[in-house]
Amino acid sequence: MEELNFEDAMKKLEKITAELEKGDLSLDESVKKFEEGIKLSKECNKILEDSEKKINVLINIDGNITEENFLPEEG
Amino acid sequence: MEYKALSVSELNSYIKNKIADDDNLNNILVKGEISNFKHHYTGHMYFTLKDDNSLIKCIMFKSYTYNLKFVPKDGVSVLAFGTVSVFERDGVYQLYCKAMQEDGMGSLYKAYEELKNKLEKEGLFSKEHKKTLPVMPKIIGVLTSNTGSVIKDIINVSTRRNPNVYIRLYPVPVQGEGAGVKIAEAIKVMNEKKLADVLILARGGGSLEDLWPFNEEVVARAIYESDIPIVSAVGHETDFSISDFVADLRAPTPSAAAEIVVPNIVDIEQNLNTYNIRLKNALRKKVEIMRMRYEKCMKSRVYTDPLKIINDNYVKLDMLIKSMTNSITNKLQLSKTQAIKNFSKLDALSPLKTLSRGYSIIEKDNKIVKKVEDLRKDDIVNLRLQNGEKQAKIL
Repeated sequence: MEELNFEDAMKKLEKITAELEKGDLSLDESVKKFEEGIKLSKECNKILEDSEKKINVLINIDGNITEENFLPEEG
Repeated sequence: MEYKALSVSELNSYIKNKIADDDNLNNILVKGEISNFKHHYTGHMYFTLKDDNSLIKCIMFKSYTYNLKFVPKDGVSVLAFGTVSVFERDGVYQLYCKAMQEDGMGSLYKAYEELKNKLEKEGLFSKEHKKTLPVMPKIIGVLTSNTGSVIKDIINVSTRRNPNVYIRLYPVPVQGEGAGVKIAEAIKVMNEKKLADVLILARGGGSLEDLWPFNEEVVARAIYESDIPIVSAVGHETDFSISDFVADLRAPTPSAAAEIVVPNIVDIEQNLNTYNIRLKNALRKKVEIMRMRYEKCMKSRVYTDPLKIINDNYVKLDMLIKSMTNSITNKLQLSKTQAIKNFSKLDALSPLKTLSRGYSIIEKDNKIVKKVEDLRKDDIVNLRLQNGEKQAKIL
């Protein structure tokens, strides 16, 4: 499954909301749009909830990149 | 001869005026090395300028310090522009600096201007080429030194805005020989391996020489070729490096870069929440409108009293039948009355009735004789009487 792009999802959400607010869709279409919108907003929320704090430092050894937790020096 | 004693104040005041009157001490340029530099909390700068044999106290008031293009510190050779005046309280003369620049930076400035013009002509600063920053970058790439306050500031601001921020620091030297090449390489690696959604290229304040890597062509070109949007935050707000011009966005400070790049998670959550509410309201409204339309339909008599139309028609039909029956009956009655009237009229006119009263009818050749002239001698006529007829001959 392709990863949902947060920005695209937000843009789509805006579009769907505006369409639904116009009110000229049929009831069936309205319900469909509503479900789509709610699904998108849940997915966006999930992205936010699933993200976890990572402060990492990249180490490049001859083009091989490794990632380590970064601890800034004190003081 | 008698000496008139001057007060110390009078003496210092006299000297002050003497110096103030001397054009050679007004708006002059002095060359020297900074020492004893103090940036007072009031914002004024106190230092001395010295050469091998001598020194002079200097002061630069806060309002002038904003225009400095470098951070003065001990040991830096400078050209200071200002006016010599006396500080009467202490009885010292000093240079009141209005402007200052690093001495010997002339060639660097020239190189900077030349490269800037060249790259500008090539279109490296063009607005069309600038990429928009992602609204919600998943990974923030930071290219700066892994020591010092810059990375700490960026981490602090970023985590404040988004407690779950994902930062990837690619440590690079930010000054000195070879730093530019390393920075350019870091940008390329981040792009090739797609290690971030947005990059912050940052460095704290410093002299033009310190900031030099960010004015190198190799860095400028790497920024230009980057597919990942880059925010450049080099030096203080007043410093403009070439990387600032090429980058997709310039931030005045590294902290500001983090502010720009990392979305405030509270805002985003609020946005999402608003969408949710709007979606729900819109659907609710739609359903409400549909319900109202349905109710309006349902209020129609077709549904509330479906038999009414049929009943109405029954009534109509009955009425029609009744009116039809009525009109036929009337017609019949009328004809009957007319007939009776006609019969009685006919009866009244009947000759038979006249005969019964003693009259008789004379007929000749089957025609009623009405006048005397119609009868001749010897005509045979028929006499019709009440109860029969007889023939007679005219005399």
